Amino acid sequence: MPGRAADRPDMAPQAPAMGVAGWCRSRLFSSPLNIVLTLLVTWLLFMTVPALLDWLFLQADFSATTAAQCRAAQGACWAFIAAKHRLILFGVYPYDQQWRPLLAAVILVAVIVCSCMRRFWRPALALLWSAALLAVAVLMWGGVFGLAHVEDSRWGGLPLTLILSTFGIAFAFPLGLLLALGRRSDMPVIKALCVVYIELVRGVPLISLLFMSSVMLPLFLPEGVSIDKLLRAQIAIILFAAAYIAETVRGGLQAIPKGQYEGADSLGLSYWQKMRKIILPQALKVVIPPLVSIFVALFKDTSLVVIIGIFDLTQSAKTALADAHWRGFSSEAYVFIACIYFIFCFSISRYSKALEKRLDTGRRQ
Amino acid sequence: MPEAMIRLEDVNKWYGQFHVLRDINLTVAPGERIVVCGPSGSGKSTMIRCINRLEEHQSGHIFVDGMELTNDLKQVETVRRDVGMVFQHFNLFPHLTVLENLTLGPIWVLRQPRAQAEAAARRYLERVRIPDQADKYPGQLSGGQQQRVAIARSLCMNPKVMLFDEPTSALDPEMVKEVLDVMIGLAQESGMTMLCVTHEMGFARKVADRVIFMDQGEIVEQDAPDAFFDSPRTERARLFLSQILH
Repeated sequence: MPGRAADRPDMAPQAPAMGVAGWCRSRLFSSPLNIVLTLLVTWLLFMTVPALLDWLFLQADFSATTAAQCRAAQGACWAFIAAKHRLILFGVYPYDQQWRPLLAAVILVAVIVCSCMRRFWRPALALLWSAALLAVAVLMWGGVFGLAHVEDSRWGGLPLTLILSTFGIAFAFPLGLLLALGRRSDMPVIKALCVVYIELVRGVPLISLLFMSSVMLPLFLPEGVSIDKLLRAQIAIILFAAAYIAETVRGGLQAIPKGQYEGADSLGLSYWQKMRKIILPQALKVVIPPLVSIFVALFKDTSLVVIIGIFDLTQSAKTALADAHWRGFSSEAYVFIACIYFIFCFSISRYSKALEKRLDTGRRQ
Repeated sequence: MPEAMIRLEDVNKWYGQFHVLRDINLTVAPGERIVVCGPSGSGKSTMIRCINRLEEHQSGHIFVDGMELTNDLKQVETVRRDVGMVFQHFNLFPHLTVLENLTLGPIWVLRQPRAQAEAAARRYLERVRIPDQADKYPGQLSGGQQQRVAIARSLCMNPKVMLFDEPTSALDPEMVKEVLDVMIGLAQESGMTMLCVTHEMGFARKVADRVIFMDQGEIVEQDAPDAFFDSPRTERARLFLSQILH
């Protein structure tokens, strides 16, 4: 007859905390498969990490002044970034005016950070945004206050990426909300319009929308009328993201129990009051993770504007590579811009995680 | 005789082929307290949900305080302002605190100043005996407490009519009494018109002026509570009572 577990030491429940050795045994070597996987991963890390560190830091050249010196080094040539960072960050914006896009980017980031903090969530925030957008426009275009005028075809690099994605999200989000509500509307015409729009836009890649906005749209406009190329790209990005946001928000709306609608109705709230106060706050909370994925994707997808000849961060990095003196440092350039993209995208996802946690009011129903 | 508070005239409703309400005629006087009972699927919840148009009836007329419920949304909103509803599953708003749940309607629908709405909300919380829970979220309260908050939320709108849709049937047994006590207090002190779908016979005997028994979408029998429970006139009512009383 088998004894009770407690009578036999080998079957007694294991204490959870056993120091490093215990942790390794229970997490890394608990089964034959686990042992194989652990060894495999260790081997992979051993093969790649030292070489990577070597290239990134140990053998890298940080201080070379010419490309020739740099080529002598075994590792990365960070001197290339030092020499070209302004071209990568600001594109072909006039060199001596580049403090303007820098300031514009700082303003944009500052306003975005403010909007993320709950104590700024009040009507005055809209005012702050208007002021910031005006400041960005003045800085980038110039032409007033003694600032030289700069064509937007010369804008580029990080500020352009930030502008495209900030405006993209700022306009696509409300448009997406309206489309999601429209798709669930009782009014057949509105519903049909929203469905057609969403399905059409989701059915084509962003790159083809950009292409259409840049190549096809001018064919339909009357002669002499032209919409700015940057604006057209911006509109294409907004329209594209709105369709995805709409579908995500619709998922959130469907997750809200019918009782919430009835509770709001029974108080006599109007449709818009019900949506604004009861349904959307809960629905959006549910869809924060997929919404943030869309925002992150949008931020990175702005790099597709290169196909219509706009110099965003990715394209200006390519331009920097085209310099005949500094040939062959593409790895460095791409690692550099990858880091920039990563910093922004990672910040967005960390913020969304914190937001989710803070908005969790422990629903039990 | 005073104008009826609620009047249903030949109301019919179908869910697809299923005839849920058949020729319902019902008049409720101001201040009258009515308990509606009947087997499940008899249409009792559907009937009271038609009174604030959470469900639409397909033929007949429904008047609340002289105003007819039609497709006119403005009119429906006006009626809903005067008709409070308490649901089986509370339907509190989980993202708002108890106090915010209570003041939402008064502030946005009745356009009361916030301070006035909050003062009234605290008074009603006192009345349903949970004054110290104002700043919690619904998810932090027990079922009985949530239902009392839901009652207070309806009362904050100063309704002329209160509808209760099986208010105690989702509660754990030990919480039923605290909710019923609040409802009894409300019935005895306020003189408000009440329609309550419930199987709580003790409650019905204590406060109801009239018990309505429904079966298969029809009002089969209506009588004073003691008369109905002690000597039901129809076979269907007798069968139903024998099932719920064992």
